[in-house]
Parts: sequence; C-alpha cells; structure tokens
Amino acid sequence: MLITCPYCGARDVSEFTYQGDGNRQRPAPNSQDLDAWNDYVYDRLNPAGDHNEIWQHSGGCRTHIRVVRNTLTHEISAVQPVRPETKPSPVKPAGRRGARP
Amino acid sequence: MAEYSALALLKNALTGNKDWKPAWRKPEPKAAYDVIVIGGGGHGLSTAYYLAKEHGVTNVAVLEKGYLGSGNVGRNTTAVRSNYLLPPNTRFYEHSMKLWENLSHDLNYNVMFSQRGVLNLAHSPAQLDDYARRGNSMRHQGVDAELLSVAEISRLIPVMDTSKATRFPVYGGLMQPRAGTARHDAVAWGYARGADRRGVDIVENCEVTGFLRDGDRITGVTTSRGEIRAKKVAVAVAGSTGRVMQLAGIDRLPIESHVLQAFVTESLKPVLDTVVTFGMGHFYVSQSDKGGLVYGGDIDGYNSYAQRGNLPIVQEVMAEMLALFPSLAGVRLLRSWGGVCDMSMDGSPIITTGPLPGMYLNCGWCYGGFKATPASGFCFAHTIARDEPHELNAAFTLDRFHRGILIDEKGQGATPRLH
Repeated sequence: MLITCPYCGARDVSEFTYQGDGNRQRPAPNSQDLDAWNDYVYDRLNPAGDHNEIWQHSGGCRTHIRVVRNTLTHEISAVQPVRPETKPSPVKPAGRRGARP
Repeated sequence: MAEYSALALLKNALTGNKDWKPAWRKPEPKAAYDVIVIGGGGHGLSTAYYLAKEHGVTNVAVLEKGYLGSGNVGRNTTAVRSNYLLPPNTRFYEHSMKLWENLSHDLNYNVMFSQRGVLNLAHSPAQLDDYARRGNSMRHQGVDAELLSVAEISRLIPVMDTSKATRFPVYGGLMQPRAGTARHDAVAWGYARGADRRGVDIVENCEVTGFLRDGDRITGVTTSRGEIRAKKVAVAVAGSTGRVMQLAGIDRLPIESHVLQAFVTESLKPVLDTVVTFGMGHFYVSQSDKGGLVYGGDIDGYNSYAQRGNLPIVQEVMAEMLALFPSLAGVRLLRSWGGVCDMSMDGSPIITTGPLPGMYLNCGWCYGGFKATPASGFCFAHTIARDEPHELNAAFTLDRFHRGILIDEKGQGATPRLH
C-alpha cells in the first residue's frame, strides 16, 4: 500500500503511522458532556467502504494528513493535509517521482 | 457412541464409503425460529451447541454468509491459552481452557487439542518481572504458570537461539503448560455436528441483509434466502460486526475492524513441540501436526475488511522469526492469508444482551477469539437463554466504556491497533 504524501509523493505505508478514525469530533476541552466524550474516545464508525482517517508521515516529513481509503480494497481516493491552509509547495523534491514503484 | 469408530470405518470401507451420514444437514431455512444466531464461525456454532445442550433451546438457526469454516475459525493460528492478568479475563479464559480439556469427549469429535504449552519469552529483567507478576496473578486464580530460566528454555527448545549474542537475548519466560493448540477446522465441524444432531439448523450461503423490526424490537432478519423471524436474534460475526450492526441502524460501536495476517511454511520434521511468543515485538510460532511452522504477528494496524494485508507486516514477522530461529532462515513459506479482527477499545470482548430489544451481541475478540470459542458460546448461550449474563461474562458489557470500567489487559487505552 502506497500513500501519496502531499509533500513527499507516493511512499510505502511503513513510513506512516495510523492515527485512526478521522470522523471523530473532539468536544471543547471544558465540555462536561459525557456522551460527547464517550463518542469521541470510544465509538467508531468502522465502515466497510470509504473511510476518513488520519495518518502521520512519521518516517518522513511528519505531516498529519487526511486520507480517504476504502477498507474493502485498501484503495486511496484522496489525501490532503489536516490543516487545509498549509498548502504543500507545488515543487516536488527532485528524484522522488518514480523512485518507489 | 463414536460415529467414526473402527467398526464404522471398516464397514464403510467395505461398502465404498457411500453410507456416511453427513456431519450436518443442509436444511432450507424455516419461516421462524426461537433463536437465530448470525455467524456460523466458531463462536456462533458453539453458541448454538450450548443453547441446545445446556438450555434445551433447539429451535435454533445458525446463518452463515459463506461456507462453514470460511471465516476466522479457519484462519487463526490455533493457539489456546488462558495466561491473562486481569481477573475477569483470567476467569473467563480459564473456564474456556477447562471446556477445551474435555471438548473432544464432549463433542465426541477429535478436535486434536494438544496441551503442548505456550511460552512467552522475556528479553529484559523488567519484562521478566512483569511476567512473574502475571504468573503470580494466574496462579493466585488457580491457573498454571511457570517462570522458566534461560537454561530451562534452551533445553526445552534447542532449535531457538538463546545465546547472549543476539540482538534481543532471552532472559527467561513465562510458560503455561496446559495451554497449546487445537485443530481449528475440527472445532467448527465438531460444534456444527453437535448442534445439528440436537436439532439446530445450520444454514450456509445465507447472508443477512437486514433486520425485521417491530418498533425498536428486533423480530427477525431478511436474508439472501428470504425472511426469517425469531424471538431472539444473536449476532456473533467477529470482524463483520460493524457491517451487520449497521443493518440494524447502529453505526457507532467501540470496535474497529483490522486485518491480521498469518503464515505457514513447508513441512519440516518435528523441531518445535510448544508454542513460543517473541517478547520484543509481536510474533508467535507453533508447528502443526502436518509439520508446517505456523507464524503469526501483529495486525496491520489500520481499519480493513479486506482479508488480506500488506508487505511491511510480512517483513516484520519474518524478521522476528529470524531473530529467534536463525537456523530456520532457509525454510520456505507456503501460504499467507488475512482475517478480519474486531478490535475493541480495551482489548477485551463484549458478550451482552442488546443493544436493541430482542438482540444479543458477541464481539470485540481482537485477535484472540479462537481460544475463547468454547467459553464464548457457553456464556453467550446463557445470556440468550436467560436474558442475563453468566457471571463469567458479566464484566464484558457494551456500556463499560461509558461507565469507565474497562478491562484493559495491556493498558493501551482506546487505541485498537496497539492491543
């Protein structure tokens, strides 16, 4: 499985750390809504199909990324930085493209 | 009465093996049952067996999407153990061990349960201390456990590298002598035959496509073979829990489905007569009766329903194998495969009534469901028949997360990929 990091290009999954379900909404830090905290900490959508998830390129540029990945086929249909305002540079580092099949 | 006695073998050999009675029938599903068990894996079949045997509930159907034994019951690495630290787990898995010890007799079907021991290796003094603590906890609760020295381990497993020259030298280990392996397909077949002979309908190639409801109450299922009504609907579908529960409108559970890979090598002469686990990673190995080495490792670590994994885990498992058994470097792999595990948020299972009226849920087995097969069915059958949990599964509730009564054996928190 290859994940295309917005900064580094297509890299092997072993360079990435899975941060889990990207659908979860963290309650405000001072929230006392126990149901909302329970949902955030323990409950998961766990779909069979497209799944919104967060990965970190921990063995590379260390960026956190949002990935849409099909849990039935492992096919990745979208990757973007967690913070959309931090747009990746359009220039890719030389020699990366095609370096890893 | 043994169905497969020497006399029966001889008689059928002389008559061309035409008169064997099938181990289970292929019934058409009836319009209604007292209990429907969704999932014809080990847990679903043992649930049906104990419903009939212990509770006299025989108007039961087990609905299996594929063929019997096609899921995790035929994909696991067959280890059976009860070497847990926390009392709810220790009690439950030790009950399972006791059922295993009599299972072949109980089912009148040889499940080839082999108490060859499971040895957890420690690679640092701190890890050995931790194992001593777990061993003490086990012995305190009546479970067998022995702390072994390096000298004892190298006598026990001469093929393993226990020298000080390795990257992670062995410091000792925790052995559970009564643990071991069982023939996983035979467990499915034995429970299926036992349930079938007591009147349970095992319906293969019957996929549940939805739930019938009367208000909140579940009153049956729609399937690829028509509607089937039931007073009680039990869900025991392991890795498919998310998919099946979604059909009932429950789309959020403390479960993530992950893929776990397993591997088997070509046959060797006997080299390993116990189950060994590597303590500096996640690797376990045993030798099957056919002679193949069975390797297992960590889950791939991301949500997956694919029943196949990726190469980094293959590499990791082989690296850990080589760290322990450099002399086996030339042994070739025959096959690898993947199974979908229902990883819970604390690493412990869920066996409970609900979450909807008329429904019963059995899930959260992570990658340890096989050894639990007898006790899981035993407790789930009790929970279904009596509408309340058995004392052994009373702690395995669905709401324990919300209530803060987790059973977190490893102390990893709500990060399923680490359990």
